[in-house]
Amino acid sequence: MLGLVFVVAIVATILVTYVLVTMFSHKQDARQPFVRVTEVSEISTDPEPWGQNWPRQFDGWKSTAGDEFYGGSSALPESKLDHQPWLKRLYAGYAFSIDYREARGHAYMLYDQGVTERVTQKPQAGACLHCHASTTVLYRRVGLEAMGEEVTEEKLAADFNMPAVIRGFEELSRKPYQEVLAMLYATPDGTPGENEPVFPMAPTGGFTGEYAGQQLPEGHEMIGEAHPVTCIDCHDPETMSIRITRPGFMQGIADLAAGDGDASHLPSVEKWRAGSRAEPYDPNKLATRQEMRSFTCGQCHVEYYCANKDTLTFPWGEGLAVEDLEQVWSEKVFPDGTPFFDYKHGETGAPAFKAQHPEFELWSQGIHARSGVSCADCHMPYEREGAMKVSNHNVRSPMENINGACQTCHNVSEDELRNRVETIQARTVSLTNRAGEAVTEMLDAIMEAKAAGATDADLEEVFDLQRKAMWRLDYISSENSKGFHADQEAARILAESMDFSRQAQAAALRWRAPEAPSTEDLPTEPVQGVTPGE
Amino acid sequence: MSVPPPAASSKTSGFRVLAFATAIAIGVLGGLGVFTLGYGDGLSYLTKDPTACANCHIMQDHFDSWVQSSHHDVAACGDCHLPHDFVGKWFTKADNGFFHALAFTTGDFHEPIQIKARNRRVTQNACLSCHGELVNALLPAEHGGDMQLCVHCHSDVGHAGRR
Repeated sequence: MLGLVFVVAIVATILVTYVLVTMFSHKQDARQPFVRVTEVSEISTDPEPWGQNWPRQFDGWKSTAGDEFYGGSSALPESKLDHQPWLKRLYAGYAFSIDYREARGHAYMLYDQGVTERVTQKPQAGACLHCHASTTVLYRRVGLEAMGEEVTEEKLAADFNMPAVIRGFEELSRKPYQEVLAMLYATPDGTPGENEPVFPMAPTGGFTGEYAGQQLPEGHEMIGEAHPVTCIDCHDPETMSIRITRPGFMQGIADLAAGDGDASHLPSVEKWRAGSRAEPYDPNKLATRQEMRSFTCGQCHVEYYCANKDTLTFPWGEGLAVEDLEQVWSEKVFPDGTPFFDYKHGETGAPAFKAQHPEFELWSQGIHARSGVSCADCHMPYEREGAMKVSNHNVRSPMENINGACQTCHNVSEDELRNRVETIQARTVSLTNRAGEAVTEMLDAIMEAKAAGATDADLEEVFDLQRKAMWRLDYISSENSKGFHADQEAARILAESMDFSRQAQAAALRWRAPEAPSTEDLPTEPVQGVTPGE
Repeated sequence: MSVPPPAASSKTSGFRVLAFATAIAIGVLGGLGVFTLGYGDGLSYLTKDPTACANCHIMQDHFDSWVQSSHHDVAACGDCHLPHDFVGKWFTKADNGFFHALAFTTGDFHEPIQIKARNRRVTQNACLSCHGELVNALLPAEHGGDMQLCVHCHSDVGHAGRR
């Protein structure tokens, strides 16, 4: 009996100690969310020192690679061109018809850009690195040089210096991709002497093409490493608050504010519009915390012009709807005075606009944006780690994490939520494929008209319809939510695409059809009453 | 474990050692238990003070949003989350005290946290104890009949994040 009491007392003591220890560690967690063990500054593009201070966020960021980093040519994701053959027709004459694949996580952004045949087989512009690499230090370095200032590591580390960053961005936007990438390697990254990046870098020149397997050119020895998006691209190294670092977004959102397009989902833009407007809208000074949780993503997940004839541009001056962007492009001229276009369609020769992943814009049209839900709320939902709240830095589809991403607001079962999303996406995909068929038949009809002798002047209006149809289809098919970010808007845009395709097809067919006979003399039935009599 | 019956002398000395060890073990348990109770502010759970419910960081968001809520001046945590009769109240306190401590100590619980069916019935009855007169016409004809819970639509009257 006494022995039993003894054993129970020991077991109970162990249990109580366990409770005490967890209670203590939770209280410690709550008291001190992180410990700065190394210094990070404006030069620290390398995420490894950040990872020592903020290991949970760093681990999440690393998880975007999957369970390990899959490099090499055999690990590349599936080709979209094989799945949806109409894409090859849509992008005829444009590098996207060579190589266009399913997306992978953030970890792969720089690697995959370095090996896609769009980049290794065709000349591309340095502007592309604005979003595929951690470039703020490179921009600052080049900007300071262009301003005639001496560049030292101390100066690069001292402050962000947006004017210098913008100047460097303008300097590099139109330079060749390979040259800017080499300059990125030659830029310090805050860890001198340590040149092992977290994720392997792409083989120079990719797997195919003339540069394949070549070493870096002379005079571009590696000083830093080239990193994909890292901590410093969204966070202030001093305060850790999120911020905007990308010139493209700074200019785009200022254009949006200065215009009169709908911005009802962005309260700080509305507020700025009601004010004196003396200074351009600056998200880093004015945006709410919740807006910033979308703006940081809007630095890259947007529609833009990114090639070598002009500086990288976000087309937001008229607003964020598909027609607003289209209007900006239609009215834009290149610096040499010629009308703007992305590519001449390889079959018909019509000048066309390329839409690229307008996630921020489509989200802006949707119910979640209107309800004040940010990108991070679903793609980086808060998680509890002991007594800490950490936003999940493994940025990915909310469908991988329905309870964290959706159930915080939606009090229904996981299956029900998954069904809702799959229904929206299946409908959008089905409409996208129908719009793809419509575009294909339109192209066939236009080619037949050309074969029948129609000149570019004859087809001017048809080309206009072709461009509108292709822009709308591309807008939704290149957007990465399969319509979920704004489901009805996506369906509307695809419906318009099909309408423009069929209008162009009919016009092209009419052009080569004989004159239609008069329909005046055809008899028509008079009204018979509700049920026609015998 | 029972005491073996060997010879008298060793039996008494063995018994003494065990008694002594048991006394020490109980002393350690008592001391550690009292300390843990104090460290975890355990006695606060016997009061009506809403801050006690947020001793645990997990309830902090619920507490913070309750402070801003429409019911802040008329109902604290216990008014909606505990039955209003003596037995039910203390039984519910004990039940939730044990299961919350178990879940939050082991870390084994659904995120975001979800109310369980029994506690949902408690809140529904709490709604009706104040608003029953008003919604009388909406209630089912028989006691316990099928009806939609008030919080299905009025989800954030008490606090945001009904999880």
